[in-house]
Amino acid sequence: MPSLLEVKDLEVKFALRMGELTAIDGVSFCLEKGERLGLVGESGAGKSVTGFAVINLISRPGYISGGQILFEGVDLAGLSAEQMRDVRGNRISMIFQDPMMTLNPVLTIGTQMMETLHAHRSISRKEAKAIALEKLKKVQISSPEKRLRQYPHEFSGGMRQRIVIAIALLTDPAMIIADEPTTALDVTIQAEIMDLLLSLCRAEGMGLILITHDLGVVSQVTEKIAVMYAGRVVESGPTDRITQDPKHPYTQGLIKALPGSLQPRSRLNQIPGMMPTLIDIPKGCSFHPRCTIREEICSQVAPLLLRLDEQDRMAACHVVSRIEGLRPKS
Amino acid sequence: MFLIIWGMALPQSSTVKMTESLTTPDNRLLTLKNVVKHFDISGGLLDRLRLENGRPVLHRTTVKAVNDVSLFIDEGETLGVVGESGCGKSTLARTVMGLYPPSRGEIIYRGKRIDRLSAQQMLPFRAKMQMIFQDPYASLNPRKTVRQTLEEPVVFHNRHISNGEVKDRVSQVMEQVGVDPGWAGRYPHEFSGGQRQRISIARALTVAPEFIVADEPVSALDVSIQAQILNLLMKAQEDLGLTYMFITHDLSVVRHISTRVAVMYLGTLCEVASADTLFASPRHPYTQALLSAIPKLGAEKKRHVKLKGEVPTPIRLPPGCVFHGRCIHADQRCREEVPKLRHLSTGSWVACHAVEEGRI
Repeated sequence: MPSLLEVKDLEVKFALRMGELTAIDGVSFCLEKGERLGLVGESGAGKSVTGFAVINLISRPGYISGGQILFEGVDLAGLSAEQMRDVRGNRISMIFQDPMMTLNPVLTIGTQMMETLHAHRSISRKEAKAIALEKLKKVQISSPEKRLRQYPHEFSGGMRQRIVIAIALLTDPAMIIADEPTTALDVTIQAEIMDLLLSLCRAEGMGLILITHDLGVVSQVTEKIAVMYAGRVVESGPTDRITQDPKHPYTQGLIKALPGSLQPRSRLNQIPGMMPTLIDIPKGCSFHPRCTIREEICSQVAPLLLRLDEQDRMAACHVVSRIEGLRPKS
Repeated sequence: MFLIIWGMALPQSSTVKMTESLTTPDNRLLTLKNVVKHFDISGGLLDRLRLENGRPVLHRTTVKAVNDVSLFIDEGETLGVVGESGCGKSTLARTVMGLYPPSRGEIIYRGKRIDRLSAQQMLPFRAKMQMIFQDPYASLNPRKTVRQTLEEPVVFHNRHISNGEVKDRVSQVMEQVGVDPGWAGRYPHEFSGGQRQRISIARALTVAPEFIVADEPVSALDVSIQAQILNLLMKAQEDLGLTYMFITHDLSVVRHISTRVAVMYLGTLCEVASADTLFASPRHPYTQALLSAIPKLGAEKKRHVKLKGEVPTPIRLPPGCVFHGRCIHADQRCREEVPKLRHLSTGSWVACHAVEEGRI
């Protein structure tokens, strides 16, 4: 039985005047039905680009230059625009950070929801309205009848994001990609929205790819994570194992840099330097200039993502591989 | 002394006001007394004209951003001010700095009232109090080089300083914040967000201040850069004997950097306590909900306290306790009477009827 989503060696490039830049350099991960995966990393790591690439939302000058995106066994990278439209917003829905990227300010919520439904289903207005109401109730919005006649500006940020989730659910998708869905929201609203997403995924058996920089959020919601750095996955595996016992020096640095994990008022562990920009990616391991345990080989050869001894844990680091006694998987 | 001036007897109970309860220690840097800041956004005549019961009426629309806040900060402290968007913490920060005059109340710096001073009279205080802002892309003038940005405050507050001394000062302060002095000739857009924030901190340090108000200085930065900037701020505090008022919505950051914490909701103080006490035993229902909502790293998925309803607007403040509409412990008194900050045996100050009555 194939995975719900299997991304294999995905490559995304940007064709710019100065040359071709590689934004995503061979990213692989998979998602089973109903699983929740976190794509974690800081700004510039390429996690949003990966999310967009899955449903082919990369626009020029970016393009998918290699790899496969197998959704229910079919390679999305090879589909025509027409075929892709059947998948995007229908079988795979996406939620963005700013609800106003999804919501048209001059249309009522009702119009926008029905529009989405009519684009993917041939149903009557009455049936569409019934589905819209059902989904609004699912995201715990009160007085849904009244809400259908209201405009986005009449709602708070948290409510708008709930509406966006409701729209994402209209077509009963197999999977949702959520790109920083709660970063712009207050912490108490964030907790509610994350709880909502979690319970919806469980109830509907939906897969979730959660793209975020917030390790705390990912820890509460996802079952497995892939940590990205400069366009590559550097570590992946079960969320709990990775957050409690990170192997890759970047993941370790990230977790140690969080204020919550140390004695108050003590010095936080900082990772020196900054993530490289696309034009400055170092040779060998892209993290090596900032790495405290780097060796000679790190500046020359890019490490492969290898399976560690434990179940499903993978890391791309020469030093880790040596410690764990690994050989490249065939 | 305060008690005689205002003709108030000091009550024996714990309802004594926080800013008057103790004789003022010598190291009290800043005191806020009943500070109120309201913004009138009524607009012009036509905006305000409404029809009520068939008669034309002029409406006033006021954003009640800060409502009756009393606080103090002692030398060497880091007071963290936390709350979610719209709670008034940024407005409070700017009012403290004198960027807005308070609508009512007093701001006292080292025993001198500074809220009603003229620009000329404020000058000596301006060198002592500096501010760092949230958006590293908006807080540096894009048309000035780093050198020009950093020289300006030095020259402004030291009219007779020589060019050589100014240059030295600029290099010194750039090194302090970890930005190569050789880059002083570059423009802000040539730096990353984290570096720009370092430059903003350098700008604040050029005049050797004693008090810095930092308004969400790391919110726009990635975790690893955030750690660098927080370490920088803590080191500067140790090396230079600074006092901070640190505004943020990020509770893990506030936990890490603060000695005391003030929690705000809709312009009102809910709870003020030492950082350890606040995080170990939060008493106000809003603080409890806020702390329980922080997503934590770890295997244990904790339940968070759910709040009823939505955040009301600061234009139409609820009567009584501003939090009553969302509080599961609210009763009739909460709906009618504004709770005052009361001193608890733990040392915390909490504004909540239910806590006072022993109901929670």
